[in-house]
Amino acid sequence: MKIIFFLIILSLLIALGFLAAFIWAVRSGQYDDDYTPSVRILFDDKKTDSE
Amino acid sequence: MSRIEQFSYDNAIVKKFAYATALWGVVGMLVGLWAAIELIWPAANLNTAMTTFGRIRPLHTNAAIFAFVGNGIFMGVYYSLQRLLKARMFSDLLSNIHFWGWQLIIVAAAVTLPLGITSAHEYAELEWPIDIAIALIWVVFGLNMFGTILKRREQHLYVAIWFYIATWVTVTMLHIGNNIELPVSFLKSYPVFAGVQDALVQWWYGHNAVAFFLTTPYLGLMYYFLPKAANRPVYSYKLSIIHFWALIFIYIWAGPHHLLYTSLPDWAQSLGMVFSLMLIAPSWGGMLNGLLTLRGAWDRVRTDPVLKFMVVAVTAYGMATLEGPMLSIKSVNAISHYTDWTIAHVHIGTLGWNGFLTFGILYYLIPRMFNTKLYSTKLANNHFWIGTLGILFYAIPLYWAGWTQSLMWKEFLPEGILKYTNFLETVTQILPMYRMRALGGSLYLVGVFIMIYNIIKTVKSGQFVANEPAEAPALEVAAKHTGEHWHRWIERRPVQMLVVSLIAVIIGGLVEIFPMMLVDDNVPKIEAVQPYTPLELQGRDLYIREGCLGCHSQMVRPFRSETARYGDYSKSGEFIYDRPFLWGSKRTGPDLHREGGLRNDAWHFNHMYDPRSTSPGSIMPPYPWLFRRDLDVSSTPAKIRTLRKLGTPYPEGYDQQAIDDLQKQAKGIAETLRTQGVELEGLENKEIVALIAYLQRLGTDIKPKPQAGQ
Repeated sequence: MKIIFFLIILSLLIALGFLAAFIWAVRSGQYDDDYTPSVRILFDDKKTDSE
Repeated sequence: MSRIEQFSYDNAIVKKFAYATALWGVVGMLVGLWAAIELIWPAANLNTAMTTFGRIRPLHTNAAIFAFVGNGIFMGVYYSLQRLLKARMFSDLLSNIHFWGWQLIIVAAAVTLPLGITSAHEYAELEWPIDIAIALIWVVFGLNMFGTILKRREQHLYVAIWFYIATWVTVTMLHIGNNIELPVSFLKSYPVFAGVQDALVQWWYGHNAVAFFLTTPYLGLMYYFLPKAANRPVYSYKLSIIHFWALIFIYIWAGPHHLLYTSLPDWAQSLGMVFSLMLIAPSWGGMLNGLLTLRGAWDRVRTDPVLKFMVVAVTAYGMATLEGPMLSIKSVNAISHYTDWTIAHVHIGTLGWNGFLTFGILYYLIPRMFNTKLYSTKLANNHFWIGTLGILFYAIPLYWAGWTQSLMWKEFLPEGILKYTNFLETVTQILPMYRMRALGGSLYLVGVFIMIYNIIKTVKSGQFVANEPAEAPALEVAAKHTGEHWHRWIERRPVQMLVVSLIAVIIGGLVEIFPMMLVDDNVPKIEAVQPYTPLELQGRDLYIREGCLGCHSQMVRPFRSETARYGDYSKSGEFIYDRPFLWGSKRTGPDLHREGGLRNDAWHFNHMYDPRSTSPGSIMPPYPWLFRRDLDVSSTPAKIRTLRKLGTPYPEGYDQQAIDDLQKQAKGIAETLRTQGVELEGLENKEIVALIAYLQRLGTDIKPKPQAGQ
């Protein structure tokens, strides 16, 4: 049943990858603002016809 | 101030994926309906090998998952990613390679699966050349997505994008992990792992394919399209972030819940169960977040079909993700496993969650891309109601069927013997439910046809905007240390450094440990367990080709009701030469692990030729082609060589002797059949003889050999 260690290590690897991504996200300020992104997606950036 | 940049969104690629989604949706559901009809009316297979249940069942699952939902994912991702990042896709060329490559893969699947070319790993049935093609196209998709992320004009990565990233990363790993196989020929391979190990890898994949192909990408789509359709921000963005990270860290560990009460070690089963139960929290967090987004807008749900579809989709997500953990509890699983309960459960997920969200997105996207209004809201509402009714008619009868059958399997008389000794009684009992299910599936499909009509009409009334103009300020780049070596960057970040080095160490460790443990695990644990003879091996590959495992398990669980019905429970050491493992996941027919020696050869002969001649009322299809076709013995040496490479202890040079041995054994069986009154010209060369050899071998290693001519 050593395969299970293979799977656990592989899964841990992925988990660690995501942990790194999480740390990056927090540190680079991705989550500093946890409200405006939800509103911002509602505004479509249609090109203005002013020109 | 940043400069305002003008660019355009690529709608053409979204349109392509949208059309493909609708097209493959119809194909996948039609095949599903066909399979459902075969279960109540076996003659619906047209007496043809290619259209028999065992072969079209994987066709249905692959079409529904990878063609319908797959294209649905790409449609939604290509639309939302561009808008969330305020950037056109990284490369139009990659987008198109991705699209056409994926469709070609689907066509390859639609050709090979009916031909019986399958690796027998559920939801990963495609053979190795197609596996490689999938990996390549998946990488193209990844390049395109990450390229777009890198050239984005929006610093913040909206939560949907995180879901897409997780999907890509994890599916890559799963796909590779579950397809480590050694080719025998162009379209045949054997997996590197055998028996219990193969089973564990497969269900680690199978579970996570549901998690990371049917769930995470669709959650990303939910977090984009639901707020857009409702024109309200998601209820709690903070909760969505927690939802994502919690889900990602828990999901990957729950795979063993597919193997409860099998030969998998107990502690691994418990681990899978615990993590499955933990999954309720993030899943329900996500569901509530979706539903609460509509607070104050529920009046619009009454009229807007897009929102209707999405509300039911999110509700189905919540139901399926509560049910899933419940089914992972061992005592519940003891009842539900191998029954139609599982089928009902997955269809709540696919028909409700994936299907309805896809329909909602299609109704949202098509009018916008064609700069028009939906042709008919009324038709869309009709689609909604017919579809909902279809789901109910599909799922409720199957829940009923699952319970009924399981209880019948387990019922004992006061004398201590099984009440329903004949498995068939438990099948005929639930046939009315199967009929209802086919009705439910038909309703659902009618809804889809209505949608397609509606979409065609909408498309005709509008003008397609292939390149949607947009503008956004360029992303302000933080001051860079120009000319700096990348390593200096990482050195200033101790945590990242630690993580990166840890990963490097683990990869190194894996490379060392891995070959060693493979060798170690191939040492037989039960002395009586022997490799398959060449004829049995060929018969086993026929069993795989015909998809027998779609309806028959090979795993007797350690329950009194099962050992009384089938015989001694299955031990992990019995499967060490099983490449691939064939435990199955559904018992439409009885378990076959102790089938060997139970009945005589002639019974199997007659049963395979006409199942109803030996088992009146059976819904198993006949397999007349096994009696017409000669067994292809030429592949035997290559198969023996491949298995030897993987560690099956055939003597050296046995591949040269294998065909002789095969023919000798075939003659013996043909002889026995003749004495039992079977007449067929060239009997010893026919495929059926190999299949009988395999069936008579099943599970006999650790019990006394049957008496000849019993």
